[in-house]
Amino acid sequence: MDSLVIDLAVLVLAGFVGYTVISKVPNTLHTPLMSGTNAIHGIVVLGGLMLMSEAHGVLAQILLVVAVAFGTINVVGGFLVTDRMLDMFKSKDRGSKRGSAGANAEGEK
Amino acid sequence: MSVAGSIFLQSVNFIDAAYIVAFALMIYGMMGLTGPRTAVRGNRIAAFGMAIAVAATLLRHGVFSTTSSIWLIILGLVIGTVIGVPAARKVKMTAMPQMVAIFNGVGGGAVALISWVEFRHGFSDTASWPLRVEIFELFGAIIGSISFWGSLVAYGKLQAILPGRPIKLPGLSQTVLNFLLAVVAIAAAVVIGFGTHSQVLFVLGILVAAAILGLMLVLPIGGADMPVVISMLNACTGLSAAAAGVALSNPVMIVAGMIVGASGTILTGLMAKAMNRSVPSIIAGGFGGTVATPTGGGAEHSGTVRSTSAQDVAIQLNYAQQVVVAPGYGMAVAQAQHAVRELEIELEKRGITVEFAIHPVAGRMPGHMNVLLAEADVPYDALKEMDDINPEFPRTDVTLVIGANDVTNPAAKDDPGSPIYGMPILEVDKSAAVVVLKRSMASGFAGIDNPLFYNEKTTMLFGDAKASVNEVVSELKAL
Repeated sequence: MDSLVIDLAVLVLAGFVGYTVISKVPNTLHTPLMSGTNAIHGIVVLGGLMLMSEAHGVLAQILLVVAVAFGTINVVGGFLVTDRMLDMFKSKDRGSKRGSAGANAEGEK
Repeated sequence: MSVAGSIFLQSVNFIDAAYIVAFALMIYGMMGLTGPRTAVRGNRIAAFGMAIAVAATLLRHGVFSTTSSIWLIILGLVIGTVIGVPAARKVKMTAMPQMVAIFNGVGGGAVALISWVEFRHGFSDTASWPLRVEIFELFGAIIGSISFWGSLVAYGKLQAILPGRPIKLPGLSQTVLNFLLAVVAIAAAVVIGFGTHSQVLFVLGILVAAAILGLMLVLPIGGADMPVVISMLNACTGLSAAAAGVALSNPVMIVAGMIVGASGTILTGLMAKAMNRSVPSIIAGGFGGTVATPTGGGAEHSGTVRSTSAQDVAIQLNYAQQVVVAPGYGMAVAQAQHAVRELEIELEKRGITVEFAIHPVAGRMPGHMNVLLAEADVPYDALKEMDDINPEFPRTDVTLVIGANDVTNPAAKDDPGSPIYGMPILEVDKSAAVVVLKRSMASGFAGIDNPLFYNEKTTMLFGDAKASVNEVVSELKAL
């Protein structure tokens, strides 16, 4: 198969997976869900990483550094914020007060 | 590491396998987000999947082929971490919507920049650059750019740098249409005229046109429609990331971007449904802009507004058996959630049932009120969704409306002339008494008069929501 066809097949299937998984999320978790999916589209940082070595010229390099920085802000910030939010729900669920100590920066790079 | 080992780690098969593990973890993590118990773990699993995807990409053959690219990549990662981590850790829960908006915006911006570089790259060796790459890059450039600039405007509005009211030029919907056409036309020009050097200018033209389009799309949208806009921009960034993934033939980017695109689309639809409006009509302009017509039912509010004191409210609450709190954006602005929690504890000590009525679009992003109240330690099961709480109002003695306006406006039910007619609301006017905590008589974001305030059951407690609630609590303690 042509690689484009495979890519498009992946695209369509992923759309259905996203639809199925997300339609089960209760209203209460809409904010964390949005901020979690927000972190996930930070995956664009990969694009910046892949292109960096092929960058011709200073302008392209500057653009890619900014793109990688943007993507990293999106990923790191998104996951940390979601973690902080969810931690509040979790502590409430158990009826115990854990404070903010659980918001560990165990995320990613 | 041995030479054979390093060749294996850089092989296409190994990296593809790592990518598959990465997106499987992300999907599994998202599945965890469907319940409060598994959500924290789910988010961390997704983050771990992301880390694997980044690590695998760094191992790809050629990523570090020049020493300068190593340092540039590290530079980008460090800048992003230094900005992103403190921002995420310090942001107040009340400022969450603008934080989500800005994180979303930079994601879209990254896609636009990547597309720009790809185009510059593509022009230097046209032969190896198939049309399909070009089409998906164009899509990414346009949607990513719209998302970036649109999110910046949303951020400005939420942060009160820009006015929250719809900003409209006369005949703006026509302008929006024109810009759409302009973008499509330029895009077509690039595709058709591919092969000449002047296209760099076309690409810049597209980015600029899409930027203006992004500004034009979000500026006319009122603050009350922000939950819909934010989730729509989120979906846009997701789709643009997926498009960039197809162009680069990177399966993780396709899967992750598409999942976000699908979920953002669902959320946007849900939010729009909760306001009984269609997504296109929201994009075409917020409440209040076009509908500045003094509401059709204006004549019937000949009644007077009765203001009350914290002491009276305390006495009223003290004799109640069931109290419902209906919070809105005003509670978030005044940071009153902790005071509200204190009030809840004080009332429950007296054996009074306290429940919270959460309208799906209360606040400025989906689930905004839930997050704030959870931050203040309000138990998860005291928060009731609209359909569960509405039958409770006839049995409720006192309803406290804290900084909510449009979501409690009975005109949505009774006044066909009202711009929000048909929007499902919290039926607070069915309870025995209503106390509205409000800064002043100014109308909400929608700029619509609220007959609830003139209802004979309603009393108004004017002032800052936090100060007012604190006063009521101390009056209660003094009783």
